[in-house]
Amino acid sequence: MPSLAGLFFWMNIKLEKIKKLEVAKPLKLDCGKTIKDFPLAYETYGKLNDNKDNAILVFHALTGDQFVTGTNPITNKEGWWITAVGPGKAIDTNKYFVICANVIGGCMGSLGPRSMNPDTKKPYGLDFPVITIKDMVRAQESLLEHLGIKKLLCATGGSMGGMQLLQFCATFPDKAFSAIPIACSSSHSAQNIALNELARQAIMADPVWDNGKYVLKNVQPKNGLAVARMVGHISYLSEKGMQEKFGRKLQEKADYEFSFNADFQVESYLRHQGYAFVERFDANSVLYITRAMDYFDLSKQFKGGLVEAFKNQKTKFLIISFSSDWLYTTKDNKDIVIALNASGADVSYSEIITDKGHDSFLLNEPQFLKTLKSFIDSIYEKFRNEKRI
Amino acid sequence: MKNLEMKKEFKVIADLLPINTRVLDVGCGDGSLMNLLKKEKNVEVRGLELNQENVQECIHKGLPVIQGNAETELHQFPDKSFDYVVLSQTLQAFYEPEKVLKNLLRIGKSVVISIPNFGFWKVRTKLLFFGKMPITKTLPNTWYNTPNLHMCTIKDFFNFCDEKNINIKKVVGVNEDKTSTISKNNLEIKNLFSKVGIFLIS
Repeated sequence: MPSLAGLFFWMNIKLEKIKKLEVAKPLKLDCGKTIKDFPLAYETYGKLNDNKDNAILVFHALTGDQFVTGTNPITNKEGWWITAVGPGKAIDTNKYFVICANVIGGCMGSLGPRSMNPDTKKPYGLDFPVITIKDMVRAQESLLEHLGIKKLLCATGGSMGGMQLLQFCATFPDKAFSAIPIACSSSHSAQNIALNELARQAIMADPVWDNGKYVLKNVQPKNGLAVARMVGHISYLSEKGMQEKFGRKLQEKADYEFSFNADFQVESYLRHQGYAFVERFDANSVLYITRAMDYFDLSKQFKGGLVEAFKNQKTKFLIISFSSDWLYTTKDNKDIVIALNASGADVSYSEIITDKGHDSFLLNEPQFLKTLKSFIDSIYEKFRNEKRI
Repeated sequence: MKNLEMKKEFKVIADLLPINTRVLDVGCGDGSLMNLLKKEKNVEVRGLELNQENVQECIHKGLPVIQGNAETELHQFPDKSFDYVVLSQTLQAFYEPEKVLKNLLRIGKSVVISIPNFGFWKVRTKLLFFGKMPITKTLPNTWYNTPNLHMCTIKDFFNFCDEKNINIKKVVGVNEDKTSTISKNNLEIKNLFSKVGIFLIS
Protein backbone atom coordinates (compact mmCIF):
# COMPACT_ATOMS: atom_id res chain seq x y z
CA MET A 1 0.00 0.00 0.00
CA PRO A 2 1.39 3.45 -0.83
CA SER A 3 1.96 5.94 1.98
CA LEU A 4 -0.90 8.36 2.51
CA ALA A 5 1.15 11.30 1.33
CA GLY A 6 1.97 9.34 -1.77
CA LEU A 7 -1.65 8.35 -2.15
CA PHE A 8 -2.82 11.94 -2.02
CA PHE A 9 -0.16 12.93 -4.53
CA TRP A 10 -1.28 10.15 -6.81
CA MET A 11 -4.92 11.05 -6.28
CA ASN A 12 -4.24 14.69 -7.08
CA ILE A 13 -2.65 13.69 -10.38
CA LYS A 14 -5.67 11.58 -11.18
CA LEU A 15 -8.03 14.29 -9.96
CA GLU A 16 -6.70 16.48 -12.72
CA LYS A 17 -8.26 14.10 -15.20
CA ILE A 18 -11.69 14.70 -13.73
CA LYS A 19 -14.19 16.73 -15.77
CA LYS A 20 -14.60 20.08 -14.09
CA LEU A 21 -16.71 23.13 -14.63
CA GLU A 22 -15.27 26.37 -13.30
CA VAL A 23 -18.30 28.13 -11.89
CA ALA A 24 -17.64 31.84 -12.29
CA LYS A 25 -21.02 33.04 -11.02
CA PRO A 26 -20.76 33.98 -7.32
CA LEU A 27 -22.83 31.78 -5.03
CA LYS A 28 -24.00 33.26 -1.76
CA LEU A 29 -24.09 30.42 0.72
CA ASP A 30 -26.72 30.00 3.43
CA CYS A 31 -24.05 30.75 6.04
CA GLY A 32 -23.61 34.23 4.52
CA LYS A 33 -20.26 33.70 2.83
CA THR A 34 -19.89 33.84 -0.93
CA ILE A 35 -17.91 31.47 -3.15
CA LYS A 36 -16.99 32.19 -6.76
CA ASP A 37 -14.73 30.79 -9.46
CA PHE A 38 -15.01 27.38 -7.90
CA PRO A 39 -14.61 23.95 -9.47
CA LEU A 40 -17.59 21.64 -9.84
CA ALA A 41 -16.52 18.13 -10.83
CA TYR A 42 -18.96 16.04 -12.83
CA GLU A 43 -19.32 13.04 -15.07
CA THR A 44 -21.79 12.15 -17.81
CA TYR A 45 -22.85 8.84 -19.34
CA GLY A 46 -24.67 8.19 -22.60
CA LYS A 47 -25.46 10.84 -25.18
CA LEU A 48 -27.62 13.92 -25.04
CA ASN A 49 -30.00 13.63 -28.00
CA ASP A 50 -30.71 16.46 -30.45
CA ASN A 51 -33.97 17.40 -28.72
CA LYS A 52 -32.13 17.50 -25.41
CA ASP A 53 -35.03 15.70 -23.76
CA ASN A 54 -33.28 12.59 -22.46
CA ALA A 55 -31.20 14.07 -19.63
CA ILE A 56 -31.34 12.53 -16.18
CA LEU A 57 -29.59 14.24 -13.28
CA VAL A 58 -28.43 12.00 -10.46
CA PHE A 59 -27.65 13.41 -7.01
CA HIS A 60 -25.19 11.35 -4.99
CA ALA A 61 -25.36 10.37 -1.34
CA LEU A 62 -23.06 11.23 1.59
CA THR A 63 -20.06 9.18 0.55
CA GLY A 64 -20.82 9.00 -3.17
CA ASP A 65 -19.27 10.91 -6.03
CA GLN A 66 -19.91 11.75 -9.66
CA PHE A 67 -18.82 8.30 -10.88
CA VAL A 68 -22.25 6.72 -10.98
CA THR A 69 -21.48 3.71 -13.14
CA GLY A 70 -18.67 2.05 -15.08
CA THR A 71 -15.28 2.11 -13.40
CA ASN A 72 -14.43 4.95 -11.07
CA PRO A 73 -11.12 6.21 -12.53
CA ILE A 74 -9.84 7.34 -9.14
CA THR A 75 -10.56 4.23 -7.08
CA ASN A 76 -10.67 1.72 -9.95
CA LYS A 77 -13.80 0.31 -8.34
CA GLU A 78 -17.29 0.03 -9.80
CA GLY A 79 -19.41 3.18 -9.87
CA TRP A 80 -21.67 3.42 -6.81
CA TRP A 81 -24.95 2.96 -8.71
CA ILE A 82 -23.83 0.42 -11.28
CA THR A 83 -26.84 -1.73 -10.31
CA ALA A 84 -29.27 0.87 -11.63
CA VAL A 85 -27.37 2.93 -14.20
CA GLY A 86 -25.62 1.72 -17.35
CA PRO A 87 -26.27 0.21 -20.77
CA GLY A 88 -29.46 -1.88 -20.57
CA LYS A 89 -29.94 -1.06 -16.88
CA ALA A 90 -33.04 0.52 -15.26
CA ILE A 91 -31.60 3.93 -16.12
CA ASP A 92 -30.40 2.89 -19.55
CA THR A 93 -27.42 4.91 -20.73
CA ASN A 94 -28.04 3.69 -24.29
CA LYS A 95 -31.21 5.72 -24.15
CA TYR A 96 -30.65 8.42 -21.56
CA PHE A 97 -27.97 11.00 -20.86
CA VAL A 98 -27.00 10.68 -17.22
CA ILE A 99 -25.30 13.52 -15.37
CA CYS A 100 -23.87 13.54 -11.87
CA ALA A 101 -21.85 16.21 -10.09
CA ASN A 102 -19.70 15.89 -7.01
CA VAL A 103 -21.29 17.98 -4.23
CA ILE A 104 -19.45 21.03 -2.98
CA GLY A 105 -17.89 20.10 0.33
CA GLY A 106 -16.96 16.75 -1.22
CA CYS A 107 -13.54 15.43 -2.13
CA MET A 108 -13.75 14.20 -5.70
CA GLY A 109 -12.78 17.40 -7.51
CA SER A 110 -15.48 19.88 -6.48
CA LEU A 111 -14.71 22.73 -4.11
CA GLY A 112 -14.28 21.24 -0.65
CA PRO A 113 -12.27 21.48 2.56
CA ARG A 114 -9.27 19.90 0.83
CA SER A 115 -9.29 22.60 -1.91
CA MET A 116 -6.79 25.43 -1.89
CA ASN A 117 -7.93 28.49 0.00
CA PRO A 118 -7.06 31.42 -2.31
CA ASP A 119 -6.49 33.68 0.69
CA THR A 120 -3.92 31.49 2.41
CA LYS A 121 -2.74 29.38 -0.55
CA LYS A 122 -3.19 26.38 1.70
CA PRO A 123 -5.96 23.77 1.89
CA TYR A 124 -9.05 25.16 3.64
CA GLY A 125 -9.47 22.57 6.37
CA LEU A 126 -11.96 24.02 8.86
CA ASP A 127 -11.74 27.44 7.21
CA PHE A 128 -14.04 26.03 4.57
CA PRO A 129 -17.50 27.57 4.99
CA VAL A 130 -20.25 25.40 6.43
CA ILE A 131 -22.49 24.44 3.54
CA THR A 132 -26.09 23.29 3.26
CA ILE A 133 -28.02 20.95 0.98
CA LYS A 134 -29.44 24.05 -0.70
CA ASP A 135 -25.91 25.34 -1.38
CA MET A 136 -24.99 21.98 -2.95
CA VAL A 137 -28.03 22.09 -5.20
CA ARG A 138 -27.64 25.71 -6.24
CA ALA A 139 -24.00 25.05 -7.13
CA GLN A 140 -25.17 22.41 -9.60
CA GLU A 141 -27.53 24.72 -11.50
CA SER A 142 -24.65 26.11 -13.55
CA LEU A 143 -23.84 22.63 -14.78
CA LEU A 144 -27.23 22.25 -16.48
CA GLU A 145 -26.72 25.63 -18.08
CA HIS A 146 -23.24 24.57 -19.20
CA LEU A 147 -24.60 21.37 -20.76
CA GLY A 148 -27.40 23.30 -22.48
CA ILE A 149 -30.25 21.51 -20.73
CA LYS A 150 -33.36 23.60 -20.14
CA LYS A 151 -35.48 20.85 -18.67
CA LEU A 152 -34.39 17.49 -17.32
CA LEU A 153 -36.40 14.42 -18.21
CA CYS A 154 -35.83 13.27 -14.67
CA ALA A 155 -33.81 13.97 -11.56
CA THR A 156 -33.20 11.27 -9.01
CA GLY A 157 -31.16 10.36 -5.97
CA GLY A 158 -31.22 8.21 -2.87
CA SER A 159 -30.53 9.13 0.75
CA MET A 160 -28.77 12.54 0.78
CA GLY A 161 -29.23 12.46 -3.01
CA GLY A 162 -32.98 12.38 -2.38
CA MET A 163 -32.71 15.36 -0.05
CA GLN A 164 -30.82 17.32 -2.70
CA LEU A 165 -33.53 16.37 -5.15
CA LEU A 166 -36.36 17.61 -2.90
CA GLN A 167 -34.45 20.85 -2.46
CA PHE A 168 -33.83 21.04 -6.21
CA CYS A 169 -37.56 20.67 -6.95
CA ALA A 170 -38.49 23.29 -4.35
CA THR A 171 -35.83 25.78 -5.52
CA PHE A 172 -36.16 25.16 -9.27
CA PRO A 173 -39.77 24.00 -9.82
CA ASP A 174 -39.49 24.12 -13.63
CA LYS A 175 -36.20 22.34 -14.15
CA ALA A 176 -37.31 18.70 -14.01
CA PHE A 177 -40.19 17.00 -15.79
CA SER A 178 -40.09 14.20 -13.22
CA ALA A 179 -38.36 13.40 -9.96
CA ILE A 180 -37.64 10.17 -8.11
CA PRO A 181 -36.55 10.78 -4.51
CA ILE A 182 -35.50 7.45 -3.00
CA ALA A 183 -35.16 6.45 0.66
CA CYS A 184 -34.88 10.00 1.95
CA SER A 185 -36.49 12.53 4.23
CA SER A 186 -37.55 16.16 4.08
CA SER A 187 -35.75 16.86 7.35
CA HIS A 188 -33.17 15.10 9.49
CA SER A 189 -34.64 13.42 12.58
CA ALA A 190 -33.04 13.47 16.04
CA GLN A 191 -31.79 9.94 15.40
CA ASN A 192 -30.30 10.94 12.03
CA ILE A 193 -28.50 13.86 13.66
CA ALA A 194 -27.32 11.67 16.55
CA LEU A 195 -25.78 9.12 14.19
CA ASN A 196 -24.03 11.86 12.23
CA GLU A 197 -22.73 13.37 15.45
CA LEU A 198 -21.32 9.97 16.39
CA ALA A 199 -19.46 9.89 13.08
CA ARG A 200 -18.14 13.41 13.55
CA GLN A 201 -17.06 12.80 17.12
CA ALA A 202 -15.18 9.69 16.03
CA ILE A 203 -13.20 11.78 13.54
CA MET A 204 -12.61 14.64 15.97
CA ALA A 205 -11.46 12.25 18.70
CA ASP A 206 -8.63 11.04 16.47
CA PRO A 207 -5.53 13.07 17.48
CA VAL A 208 -4.35 13.03 13.86
CA TRP A 209 -7.41 15.10 12.93
CA ASP A 210 -5.86 18.10 14.76
CA ASN A 211 -8.78 20.47 14.29
CA GLY A 212 -8.90 19.66 10.61
CA LYS A 213 -5.30 20.75 10.05
CA TYR A 214 -4.20 17.26 9.06
CA VAL A 215 -4.69 18.36 5.43
CA LEU A 216 -1.64 20.59 5.70
CA LYS A 217 0.46 17.60 6.68
CA ASN A 218 -0.86 15.27 3.98
CA VAL A 219 -2.06 12.76 6.53
CA GLN A 220 -5.53 11.45 7.29
CA PRO A 221 -7.19 10.63 10.66
CA LYS A 222 -7.62 7.06 9.53
CA ASN A 223 -8.84 5.56 12.77
CA GLY A 224 -11.48 8.16 13.44
CA LEU A 225 -12.68 8.19 9.85
CA ALA A 226 -12.89 4.38 9.80
CA VAL A 227 -15.06 4.38 12.94
CA ALA A 228 -17.26 7.08 11.39
CA ARG A 229 -17.76 4.83 8.39
CA MET A 230 -18.57 1.84 10.59
CA VAL A 231 -21.36 3.83 12.26
CA GLY A 232 -22.72 4.57 8.82
CA HIS A 233 -22.57 0.96 7.72
CA ILE A 234 -24.56 -0.23 10.71
CA SER A 235 -27.28 2.29 9.91
CA TYR A 236 -27.42 1.21 6.26
CA LEU A 237 -28.31 -2.39 7.13
CA SER A 238 -31.41 -3.73 8.83
CA GLU A 239 -31.28 -5.78 12.01
CA LYS A 240 -32.70 -8.79 10.19
CA GLY A 241 -30.45 -8.34 7.17
CA MET A 242 -27.40 -8.14 9.39
CA GLN A 243 -28.43 -11.22 11.35
CA GLU A 244 -28.96 -13.18 8.14
CA LYS A 245 -25.70 -12.03 6.59
CA PHE A 246 -23.44 -12.46 9.60
CA GLY A 247 -25.30 -13.99 12.52
CA ARG A 248 -22.72 -15.04 15.10
CA LYS A 249 -20.43 -16.52 12.46
CA LEU A 250 -16.74 -16.38 13.26
CA GLN A 251 -14.15 -14.94 10.92
CA GLU A 252 -12.00 -17.78 9.56
CA LYS A 253 -11.56 -19.41 12.93
CA ALA A 254 -13.03 -22.37 14.78
CA ASP A 255 -13.48 -20.75 18.16
CA TYR A 256 -13.17 -17.49 20.08
CA GLU A 257 -9.63 -16.19 20.35
CA PHE A 258 -10.24 -14.64 23.75
CA SER A 259 -8.83 -11.38 22.43
CA PHE A 260 -10.11 -8.18 20.88
CA ASN A 261 -9.25 -9.15 17.34
CA ALA A 262 -12.11 -9.41 14.87
CA ASP A 263 -13.47 -12.78 16.00
CA PHE A 264 -16.89 -12.23 14.46
CA GLN A 265 -17.55 -11.82 10.76
CA VAL A 266 -19.56 -8.70 11.42
CA GLU A 267 -16.55 -7.10 13.13
CA SER A 268 -14.31 -8.02 10.27
CA TYR A 269 -16.83 -6.60 7.80
CA LEU A 270 -17.05 -3.28 9.63
CA ARG A 271 -13.26 -2.99 9.93
CA HIS A 272 -12.86 -3.75 6.26
CA GLN A 273 -15.50 -1.19 5.26
CA GLY A 274 -14.03 1.38 7.63
CA TYR A 275 -10.44 1.09 6.47
CA ALA A 276 -11.33 0.80 2.78
CA PHE A 277 -13.19 4.10 3.12
CA VAL A 278 -10.18 6.08 4.36
CA GLU A 279 -8.43 5.32 1.07
CA ARG A 280 -10.98 7.26 -0.91
CA PHE A 281 -12.61 9.85 1.31
CA ASP A 282 -11.61 12.93 3.24
CA ALA A 283 -12.41 13.22 6.96
CA ASN A 284 -13.22 16.92 6.84
CA SER A 285 -15.59 16.28 3.94
CA VAL A 286 -17.50 13.87 6.17
CA LEU A 287 -17.83 16.62 8.78
CA TYR A 288 -19.07 19.17 6.28
CA ILE A 289 -21.45 16.90 4.41
CA THR A 290 -23.03 15.35 7.52
CA ARG A 291 -23.52 18.89 8.87
CA ALA A 292 -25.32 19.87 5.67
CA MET A 293 -27.61 16.87 6.10
CA ASP A 294 -28.35 17.74 9.72
CA TYR A 295 -29.25 21.31 8.82
CA PHE A 296 -31.65 20.06 6.16
CA ASP A 297 -35.27 20.83 6.96
CA LEU A 298 -37.16 21.75 3.82
CA SER A 299 -40.32 22.79 5.67
CA LYS A 300 -38.35 25.40 7.62
CA GLN A 301 -37.51 27.25 4.41
CA PHE A 302 -41.14 27.92 3.60
CA LYS A 303 -43.86 29.59 5.62
CA GLY A 304 -46.63 27.05 5.62
CA GLY A 305 -44.21 24.14 5.73
CA LEU A 306 -43.64 21.32 3.35
CA VAL A 307 -46.92 21.76 1.46
CA GLU A 308 -45.85 25.28 0.58
CA ALA A 309 -42.43 23.98 -0.55
CA PHE A 310 -44.13 21.93 -3.23
CA LYS A 311 -46.75 24.49 -4.23
CA ASN A 312 -47.37 24.78 -7.96
CA GLN A 313 -45.21 21.76 -8.71
CA LYS A 314 -45.58 20.55 -12.28
CA THR A 315 -42.94 17.88 -11.71
CA LYS A 316 -44.20 14.30 -11.68
CA PHE A 317 -42.94 12.54 -8.57
CA LEU A 318 -42.27 8.93 -7.74
CA ILE A 319 -41.25 8.38 -4.12
CA ILE A 320 -39.71 5.04 -3.22
CA SER A 321 -39.03 3.71 0.27
CA PHE A 322 -37.74 0.39 1.60
CA SER A 323 -39.66 -1.45 4.29
CA SER A 324 -36.60 -2.29 6.46
CA ASP A 325 -34.92 1.12 6.14
CA TRP A 326 -34.71 2.53 9.68
CA LEU A 327 -32.49 5.48 8.73
CA TYR A 328 -35.01 7.12 6.39
CA THR A 329 -38.15 5.20 7.17
CA THR A 330 -41.26 4.53 5.15
CA LYS A 331 -42.96 7.12 7.38
CA ASP A 332 -40.34 9.77 6.51
CA ASN A 333 -40.95 9.08 2.84
CA LYS A 334 -44.73 8.99 3.21
CA ASP A 335 -44.66 12.41 4.86
CA ILE A 336 -43.22 13.72 1.59
CA VAL A 337 -46.00 11.97 -0.33
CA ILE A 338 -48.63 13.50 1.96
CA ALA A 339 -47.21 17.00 1.47
CA LEU A 340 -47.09 16.52 -2.29
CA ASN A 341 -50.66 15.26 -2.26
CA ALA A 342 -51.79 18.20 -0.17
CA SER A 343 -50.18 20.58 -2.65
CA GLY A 344 -51.95 18.82 -5.52
CA ALA A 345 -48.78 17.53 -7.17
CA ASP A 346 -48.66 14.49 -9.44
CA VAL A 347 -47.18 11.89 -7.11
CA SER A 348 -46.72 8.13 -7.11
CA TYR A 349 -45.36 6.15 -4.21
CA SER A 350 -44.11 2.62 -3.77
CA GLU A 351 -42.74 0.83 -0.74
CA ILE A 352 -40.37 -1.97 -1.67
CA ILE A 353 -40.55 -4.91 0.73
CA THR A 354 -37.00 -6.01 1.54
CA ASP A 355 -34.71 -6.98 4.44
CA LYS A 356 -31.75 -5.10 3.05
CA GLY A 357 -32.32 -1.81 4.87
CA HIS A 358 -31.29 1.64 3.67
CA ASP A 359 -28.61 0.13 1.41
CA SER A 360 -31.36 -1.39 -0.78
CA PHE A 361 -31.27 1.47 -3.26
CA LEU A 362 -27.66 0.59 -4.12
CA LEU A 363 -28.25 -3.14 -4.41
CA ASN A 364 -29.64 -5.45 -7.03
CA GLU A 365 -33.20 -5.27 -5.68
CA PRO A 366 -35.37 -6.49 -8.58
CA GLN A 367 -38.72 -4.95 -7.52
CA PHE A 368 -37.02 -1.60 -6.97
CA LEU A 369 -35.16 -1.61 -10.27
CA LYS A 370 -38.29 -2.69 -12.13
CA THR A 371 -40.29 0.16 -10.62
CA LEU A 372 -37.53 2.61 -11.46
CA LYS A 373 -37.35 1.44 -15.08
CA SER A 374 -41.14 1.37 -15.57
CA PHE A 375 -41.50 4.91 -14.31
CA ILE A 376 -38.63 6.41 -16.29
CA ASP A 377 -39.59 4.72 -19.54
CA SER A 378 -43.24 5.77 -19.26
CA ILE A 379 -42.30 9.30 -18.25
CA TYR A 380 -40.00 9.59 -21.29
CA GLU A 381 -42.99 8.83 -23.54
CA LYS A 382 -45.03 11.50 -21.76
CA PHE A 383 -42.25 14.07 -21.95
CA ARG A 384 -41.81 13.53 -25.69
CA ASN A 385 -45.58 13.65 -26.29
CA GLU A 386 -45.88 16.85 -24.30
CA LYS A 387 -43.05 18.44 -26.28
CA ARG A 388 -44.70 17.41 -29.56
CA ILE A 389 -47.91 19.20 -28.54
CA MET B 1 -66.56 -13.69 -16.77
CA LYS B 2 -65.64 -11.67 -13.72
CA ASN B 3 -63.47 -9.62 -16.04
CA LEU B 4 -66.37 -8.92 -18.38
CA GLU B 5 -68.53 -7.76 -15.51
CA MET B 6 -65.72 -5.55 -14.28
CA LYS B 7 -65.52 -4.02 -17.73
CA LYS B 8 -69.25 -3.40 -17.70
CA GLU B 9 -69.01 -1.83 -14.27
CA PHE B 10 -66.11 0.39 -15.32
CA LYS B 11 -68.10 1.47 -18.37
CA VAL B 12 -71.02 2.50 -16.13
CA ILE B 13 -68.66 4.39 -13.82
CA ALA B 14 -67.03 6.13 -16.79
CA ASP B 15 -70.47 7.14 -18.07
CA LEU B 16 -71.32 8.67 -14.70
CA LEU B 17 -68.28 10.96 -14.74
CA PRO B 18 -68.06 14.19 -16.73
CA ILE B 19 -64.97 14.92 -18.83
CA ASN B 20 -61.94 16.91 -17.64
CA THR B 21 -62.42 16.21 -13.95
CA ARG B 22 -60.03 15.13 -11.18
CA VAL B 23 -60.67 11.60 -9.97
CA LEU B 24 -59.17 9.50 -7.17
CA ASP B 25 -59.57 5.76 -7.66
CA VAL B 26 -59.36 4.11 -4.24
CA GLY B 27 -58.25 0.50 -4.58
CA CYS B 28 -57.34 1.11 -8.21
CA GLY B 29 -55.97 -2.41 -8.83
CA ASP B 30 -53.88 -2.65 -12.00
CA GLY B 31 -55.15 0.73 -13.20
CA SER B 32 -57.71 -0.53 -15.76
CA LEU B 33 -60.38 1.94 -14.67
CA MET B 34 -57.89 4.81 -14.44
CA ASN B 35 -56.70 4.04 -17.97
CA LEU B 36 -60.28 4.00 -19.25
CA LEU B 37 -61.13 7.29 -17.54
CA LYS B 38 -57.96 8.92 -18.82
CA LYS B 39 -58.53 7.84 -22.41
CA GLU B 40 -62.30 8.31 -22.68
CA LYS B 41 -62.93 11.23 -20.38
CA ASN B 42 -59.58 13.01 -20.27
CA VAL B 43 -59.79 12.69 -16.52
CA GLU B 44 -56.83 13.59 -14.31
CA VAL B 45 -56.52 10.37 -12.36
CA ARG B 46 -54.80 9.32 -9.15
CA GLY B 47 -54.85 5.85 -7.66
CA LEU B 48 -54.47 4.37 -4.20
CA GLU B 49 -53.56 0.68 -4.10
CA LEU B 50 -52.33 -1.73 -1.45
CA ASN B 51 -50.86 -4.50 -3.59
CA GLN B 52 -47.26 -3.91 -4.69
CA GLU B 53 -47.59 -5.79 -7.98
CA ASN B 54 -50.63 -3.73 -8.91
CA VAL B 55 -48.78 -0.55 -7.98
CA GLN B 56 -45.96 -1.56 -10.28
CA GLU B 57 -48.41 -2.28 -13.09
CA CYS B 58 -49.92 1.20 -12.72
CA ILE B 59 -46.48 2.82 -12.79
CA HIS B 60 -45.66 0.75 -15.87
CA LYS B 61 -48.80 2.13 -17.52
CA GLY B 62 -47.72 5.65 -16.58
CA LEU B 63 -50.55 6.11 -14.10
CA PRO B 64 -49.91 8.01 -10.87
CA VAL B 65 -50.49 5.68 -7.96
CA ILE B 66 -49.79 5.74 -4.26
CA GLN B 67 -49.11 2.50 -2.47
CA GLY B 68 -51.17 2.49 0.68
CA ASN B 69 -54.10 1.20 2.65
CA ALA B 70 -57.42 3.01 2.21
CA GLU B 71 -58.49 1.93 5.68
CA THR B 72 -55.70 3.88 7.36
CA GLU B 73 -54.21 6.29 4.84
CA LEU B 74 -57.01 8.35 3.35
CA HIS B 75 -56.19 11.14 5.81
CA GLN B 76 -53.33 12.23 3.51
CA PHE B 77 -55.75 13.61 0.92
CA PRO B 78 -57.03 17.12 1.64
CA ASP B 79 -60.74 18.05 1.82
CA LYS B 80 -62.49 18.28 -1.53
CA SER B 81 -59.21 17.77 -3.38
CA PHE B 82 -60.94 15.63 -6.03
CA ASP B 83 -64.11 16.11 -8.06
CA TYR B 84 -64.88 12.42 -7.75
CA VAL B 85 -63.61 9.59 -5.60
CA VAL B 86 -64.27 6.09 -6.92
CA LEU B 87 -64.42 2.97 -4.78
CA SER B 88 -65.12 -0.19 -6.72
CA GLN B 89 -66.40 -3.22 -4.82
CA THR B 90 -64.22 -2.85 -1.75
CA LEU B 91 -66.37 -1.04 0.83
CA GLN B 92 -67.49 -4.37 2.27
CA ALA B 93 -63.88 -5.44 2.86
CA PHE B 94 -62.99 -2.64 5.29
CA TYR B 95 -63.03 -3.05 9.05
CA GLU B 96 -64.83 0.25 9.40
CA PRO B 97 -66.69 0.95 6.15
CA GLU B 98 -68.57 3.87 7.64
CA LYS B 99 -65.33 5.64 8.56
CA VAL B 100 -63.87 5.00 5.10
CA LEU B 101 -67.03 6.30 3.46
CA LYS B 102 -66.92 9.47 5.55
CA ASN B 103 -63.36 10.02 4.37
CA LEU B 104 -64.30 9.46 0.73
CA LEU B 105 -67.08 12.04 1.04
CA ARG B 106 -64.61 14.45 2.66
CA ILE B 107 -61.99 14.06 -0.11
CA GLY B 108 -64.34 14.08 -3.09
CA LYS B 109 -67.04 16.54 -4.06
CA SER B 110 -68.90 13.41 -5.14
CA VAL B 111 -68.30 9.72 -4.60
CA VAL B 112 -68.95 6.79 -6.91
CA ILE B 113 -69.21 3.56 -5.01
CA SER B 114 -70.05 0.09 -6.23
CA ILE B 115 -71.17 -2.80 -4.05
CA PRO B 116 -71.65 -6.48 -4.79
CA ASN B 117 -75.35 -6.97 -4.04
CA PHE B 118 -76.06 -9.57 -1.37
CA GLY B 119 -79.74 -9.20 -2.24
CA PHE B 120 -79.27 -10.69 -5.74
CA TRP B 121 -81.71 -13.56 -6.22
CA LYS B 122 -79.04 -16.21 -6.72
CA VAL B 123 -77.43 -15.23 -3.44
CA ARG B 124 -80.78 -15.34 -1.65
CA THR B 125 -81.78 -18.72 -3.06
CA LYS B 126 -78.41 -20.34 -2.26
CA LEU B 127 -78.83 -19.42 1.37
CA LEU B 128 -82.56 -20.21 1.42
CA PHE B 129 -82.53 -23.57 -0.37
CA PHE B 130 -79.09 -24.94 0.35
CA GLY B 131 -78.54 -23.37 3.76
CA LYS B 132 -74.98 -22.52 2.75
CA MET B 133 -73.11 -19.26 2.42
CA PRO B 134 -73.55 -18.23 -1.20
CA ILE B 135 -70.69 -18.51 -3.68
CA THR B 136 -71.32 -16.65 -6.94
CA LYS B 137 -69.24 -15.11 -9.69
CA THR B 138 -69.36 -11.74 -7.93
CA LEU B 139 -68.77 -13.35 -4.53
CA PRO B 140 -66.33 -16.15 -5.34
CA ASN B 141 -64.85 -16.83 -1.87
CA THR B 142 -65.89 -19.26 0.84
CA TRP B 143 -66.93 -18.08 4.31
CA TYR B 144 -63.53 -18.74 5.84
CA ASN B 145 -61.37 -16.94 3.30
CA THR B 146 -63.59 -14.14 2.08
CA PRO B 147 -62.18 -10.62 2.41
CA ASN B 148 -65.77 -9.38 2.67
CA LEU B 149 -66.52 -8.45 6.27
CA HIS B 150 -69.58 -6.25 5.84
CA MET B 151 -71.79 -7.56 3.06
CA CYS B 152 -74.89 -5.54 2.28
CA THR B 153 -77.63 -5.31 -0.30
CA ILE B 154 -78.49 -2.45 -2.62
CA LYS B 155 -81.48 -1.77 -0.39
CA ASP B 156 -79.28 -1.71 2.72
CA PHE B 157 -76.97 0.86 1.20
CA PHE B 158 -79.92 2.88 -0.03
CA ASN B 159 -81.36 3.00 3.49
CA PHE B 160 -77.92 3.68 4.97
CA CYS B 161 -77.53 6.79 2.80
CA ASP B 162 -81.01 7.95 3.87
CA GLU B 163 -80.20 7.50 7.53
CA LYS B 164 -76.87 9.30 7.29
CA ASN B 165 -78.24 12.15 5.19
CA ILE B 166 -76.03 11.21 2.27
CA ASN B 167 -77.40 12.60 -0.96
CA ILE B 168 -78.01 9.87 -3.57
CA LYS B 169 -77.70 11.40 -7.02
CA LYS B 170 -77.99 8.27 -9.08
CA VAL B 171 -78.03 4.50 -8.66
CA VAL B 172 -77.32 2.03 -11.45
CA GLY B 173 -77.90 -1.71 -11.18
CA VAL B 174 -75.76 -4.07 -13.24
CA ASN B 175 -76.71 -7.62 -14.21
CA GLU B 176 -74.45 -9.34 -16.74
CA ASP B 177 -74.35 -6.82 -19.60
CA LYS B 178 -77.62 -5.08 -18.71
CA THR B 179 -77.80 -1.89 -16.70
CA SER B 180 -80.79 -0.07 -15.26
CA THR B 181 -81.43 3.00 -13.18
CA ILE B 182 -82.62 2.29 -9.65
CA SER B 183 -84.98 4.56 -7.74
CA LYS B 184 -87.11 4.21 -4.62
CA ASN B 185 -90.00 2.97 -6.82
CA ASN B 186 -88.23 -0.01 -8.33
CA LEU B 187 -85.85 -0.70 -5.44
CA GLU B 188 -87.39 -4.01 -4.33
CA ILE B 189 -87.26 -5.59 -7.77
CA LYS B 190 -83.86 -4.17 -8.74
CA ASN B 191 -82.46 -5.32 -5.41
CA LEU B 192 -83.44 -8.83 -6.50
CA PHE B 193 -82.09 -8.71 -10.05
CA SER B 194 -78.88 -6.66 -9.84
CA LYS B 195 -75.54 -8.29 -9.22
CA VAL B 196 -73.82 -4.98 -8.54
CA GLY B 197 -75.12 -1.61 -7.45
CA ILE B 198 -73.31 1.58 -8.42
CA PHE B 199 -74.10 4.68 -6.36
CA LEU B 200 -73.27 8.28 -7.14
CA ILE B 201 -73.47 10.10 -3.82
CA SER B 202 -72.38 13.35 -2.21
